Amino acid sequence: MTAEGGVQYSKIAEIKGPLVVVDDVESAAFDELVEIETLEGERRLGKVLEVGNGKAIVQVFEGTTGLSISGTKAKFVGKVMEMPVSKEVLGRVFDGLGRPKDGLPDPIADKFVDINGEPMNPEQREYPKDFIQTGVSVIDGLMTLVRGQKLPIFSGSGMSHNLLAAQIARQASVVGKQDDFAVVFAAIGVQYSEAEYFRRSLEESGALKRSVLFLNTADDPAIERIITPRVALTVAEYLAFDLGMHVLVVITDMTNYAEALREISAAREEVPGRKGYPGYLYTDLSTLYERAGKLDGRKGSVTQVPILSMPSDDITHPIPDLTGYITEGQIVVGRDLFRQGVYPPINILSSLSRLMKDGIGEGSTRDDHSEVSNQVYDAYSRAQEVRALAGIVGKAGLTEIDLKYMDVGDTFEKEFLTQATDENRTIEETLALMWKIVSKLPKNEITKIKDKHVEKYYKEEE
Amino acid sequence: MAAQGRIVWVSGPAVRADGMADAKMYETVTVGNSKLVGEVIRLTGDVAFIQVYESTSGLKPGEPVVGTGNPLSVLLGPGIIGQLYDGIQRPLRELSKASGSFIGRGITTTAVDMTKKYHFVPTASNGDEVSAGNIIGNVQETDLIEHPIMLPPDHVGGKLSNLVSEGDYDLETVMATTEKDGQSVDIKMYHKWPVRKPRPYNKRHDPTVPLLTGQRVIDTFFPIAKGGTGSIPGAFGTGKTVTLHQIAKWADSQVVVYIGCGERGNEMTEVLVEFPHLKDPRSGKPLMDRTVLVANTSNMPVAAREASIYTGVTIAEYYRDMGKDVVLVADSTSRWAESLREMSGRLEEMPAEEGYPSYLASRLAEFYERAGRVQAAGSPDRNGSVTLIGAVSPSGGDFTEPVTTHTMRFIKTFWALDAKLAYSRHYPSINWMNSYSGYLADIAKWWSENISKDWFSIRSETYGILQREDTLKEIVRLLGPEALPDEEKLILEVARMVKIGLLQQNSFDDVDTYCSPEKQFKLMKLLVDFYNKGQQALKEGAALSDIRELGVVSSLLKARMDIKDDEMPKLDQLDKDMQEQFKSISGVKVSN
Repeated sequence: MTAEGGVQYSKIAEIKGPLVVVDDVESAAFDELVEIETLEGERRLGKVLEVGNGKAIVQVFEGTTGLSISGTKAKFVGKVMEMPVSKEVLGRVFDGLGRPKDGLPDPIADKFVDINGEPMNPEQREYPKDFIQTGVSVIDGLMTLVRGQKLPIFSGSGMSHNLLAAQIARQASVVGKQDDFAVVFAAIGVQYSEAEYFRRSLEESGALKRSVLFLNTADDPAIERIITPRVALTVAEYLAFDLGMHVLVVITDMTNYAEALREISAAREEVPGRKGYPGYLYTDLSTLYERAGKLDGRKGSVTQVPILSMPSDDITHPIPDLTGYITEGQIVVGRDLFRQGVYPPINILSSLSRLMKDGIGEGSTRDDHSEVSNQVYDAYSRAQEVRALAGIVGKAGLTEIDLKYMDVGDTFEKEFLTQATDENRTIEETLALMWKIVSKLPKNEITKIKDKHVEKYYKEEE
Repeated sequence: MAAQGRIVWVSGPAVRADGMADAKMYETVTVGNSKLVGEVIRLTGDVAFIQVYESTSGLKPGEPVVGTGNPLSVLLGPGIIGQLYDGIQRPLRELSKASGSFIGRGITTTAVDMTKKYHFVPTASNGDEVSAGNIIGNVQETDLIEHPIMLPPDHVGGKLSNLVSEGDYDLETVMATTEKDGQSVDIKMYHKWPVRKPRPYNKRHDPTVPLLTGQRVIDTFFPIAKGGTGSIPGAFGTGKTVTLHQIAKWADSQVVVYIGCGERGNEMTEVLVEFPHLKDPRSGKPLMDRTVLVANTSNMPVAAREASIYTGVTIAEYYRDMGKDVVLVADSTSRWAESLREMSGRLEEMPAEEGYPSYLASRLAEFYERAGRVQAAGSPDRNGSVTLIGAVSPSGGDFTEPVTTHTMRFIKTFWALDAKLAYSRHYPSINWMNSYSGYLADIAKWWSENISKDWFSIRSETYGILQREDTLKEIVRLLGPEALPDEEKLILEVARMVKIGLLQQNSFDDVDTYCSPEKQFKLMKLLVDFYNKGQQALKEGAALSDIRELGVVSSLLKARMDIKDDEMPKLDQLDKDMQEQFKSISGVKVSN
């Protein structure tokens, strides 16, 4: 990502937080890429946030530490920030701004693409409906992922979301299809060990050579985090829509992204929305998440699994809240289950996949899938109510049917939810387990499944 | 004279230009060398503050800004139905021809195909004295929509002449002229109308006819009237969009305007893919033949999101003026409010609650006031309605946030979505204790005349059971269900049946997705009868477990899915079975 040409200015009016205000600017465009040169000759990148009346406000990705009013030069490059893309990016590791981090030279670019992307025309989208088998029962059975979907994992600090995301990346496949598949991984402000865990996991499964990694770790500049998901998605779109690959994008951790955004907003003294996050957080997040999808007449797809850690496990916090309004469902990792040692500790009641209904059923999974999944949700939710009641009145105060629901809850968690990190279950195995749970209930409790399916799959226990 | 200025400042969707002394408030302008569309939203001296409807990336101070002399307007004429527009009425299909799969900038298109010919049948005659709103003839827009050609609302009137005879004409043909005081005005099939100005009408009627949506919890419990206003707030994952899609699919209106305002791209695609294949339950024609989509998805420019609501409601009023019932669904008004907030922030206005501008409430009020059942201007006499339904996406699911609280002041039907219900997969997750409808009394007459004179009392009885259950649940929570006497346990039991068999509705089930008013009433009556018979049986000594285990219980729970709208006799049979089964347990006295 080198900058050429352009006009250089040396009158810096102000430096505050991640922002540099350049004075006496004759020609600069909104969103234009800027190269900042320090007194010592170090080069940093930035972009124009606001321009007019001879001033330009520039956001510096690598931070302003060490910059001075005199001696700093700003060069307006004459174009927006672009990412060089080509098939050669596969197998490579880049930093948070898209520069090689693996000691190898820049990949030879097929073309340069604006990292902000352009909004997909809804008329040109293809509605996603190809079932992805992740091999994780709870996802495949109850919150099915489809190609072109954006399905985030809502987690909390210290929980096993990384194990889960890595398992999905290793195991995800479309049954009966051998398509070109790629993984794009973007680490945003996470600990080095987390990024390394993911890299090793891809390496061990042999997937590294069809993966691209973008790493901004916790010790990298915070403002760079604004760029990291954008360069990653630009590469993903290129692989998907130019090369026809099915790309799974894993981004972790979106909370760090939103915090970087808040930092810039605060430095610009903007009127804040909730919890100090800018009022445009929703719009900004959507320009990332909406880059998932499929397009009419093109082969590939971009599927996103962003991970975010909910501050204090609070799902109403602005980051998970606004994310949930944009993404097509959410996978919620629950603290209680995690404490009990369950893996994957997914709280199904607050989890959901909006595109599930079109990805399942006859021809993709099985015709009873939707009904049995509704019944399992219903039964588990009843089980939770009964457990709460038992906490007050004791088991003795429960009716016979309540006790059956308690049993359903236990079976669900022990046999269906729980699985090993290297256990890859087929959809048939998953559905069989779901029927095993449902079959613990007497038939007149089964209100969500049509009789013909009950007759076919219901198996009373001996 | 059109203003011609230069950009002096750019920040996101906001641009300031000087040399704009001739510009008017809310005039549309073209911005920069790539001719982006913008609108003047503040004037200070000769500096105009402009919101730009397209991405401003790469825009530079010094580039030109040119006024158009016109406020932001939509083109109204045949060809609108079936379209997918962006927030400023550019057809997305045409945009894709110009810029491919992604949306480019500075593209100009017309809202409808101006060269398409429609078969025109005149209904007026040369020499007629005509005025604004008069119909001069009709064209068939789609299989479902007969489209009258009206004189624009701001027409001065006069004597009609040069009216063309029956035949095929395109939109640019002069269909007739009017003469008044020596002034001649050409009438074409289309006219333009500024989106921020409500279209005039003769007078307003009270909303007394229900808008039937085929959704039981809406039609039976919290109905909305034609020409009414409703709001559906809910946290994410509570099923707002599915409920709105259901209304757009099954509402008994002639035209549906669906605005995807700052929402997901795939949701609009879903409508586009699904609606052409779905049949209108009343006419049997594809639903797309009565639907207009306005899509400004979340990642499209934020200023156009603000405009999309007005674009949609103006189109709705246009079809209302033809004498049609129109439903407008806006998903989501919160995103629209956020776009107001964003522009307000860039204008450096003093913020009110949570950073929203102080005029948020008045803007919401203005929007919802554009609903109504009216007698249209001009002759012949005709009545039309615009029903406005807005989704609200409260942050954190908190109904005390500004957009929800202000909206509640201006709407009459409130469908409160409940995350807890959604978590237990009770859909539609409309909470029956927190929702309300201000139209209940107005539309009860319709139900009484068209379905059953008992409708109101049966509905009250059903709702009473749910209210009793709500109180009893508190006791159960503290003491467990065994603490209740049998009569009260029966209330819990029947409330559960009402929830599963009546309130819940599976929009993905072929049968259950739409429920006729007759079936809604019968299902409800069966459940109330079951309750009354059950209480009686208890009095006569039957055990609660006997009632619970009646075969009819599970049939009642599944009737919504198993019995089709045209199989009403099956429900009557179910009624008979129920009577029989209760007979079999009554009189069986408990021995000890």
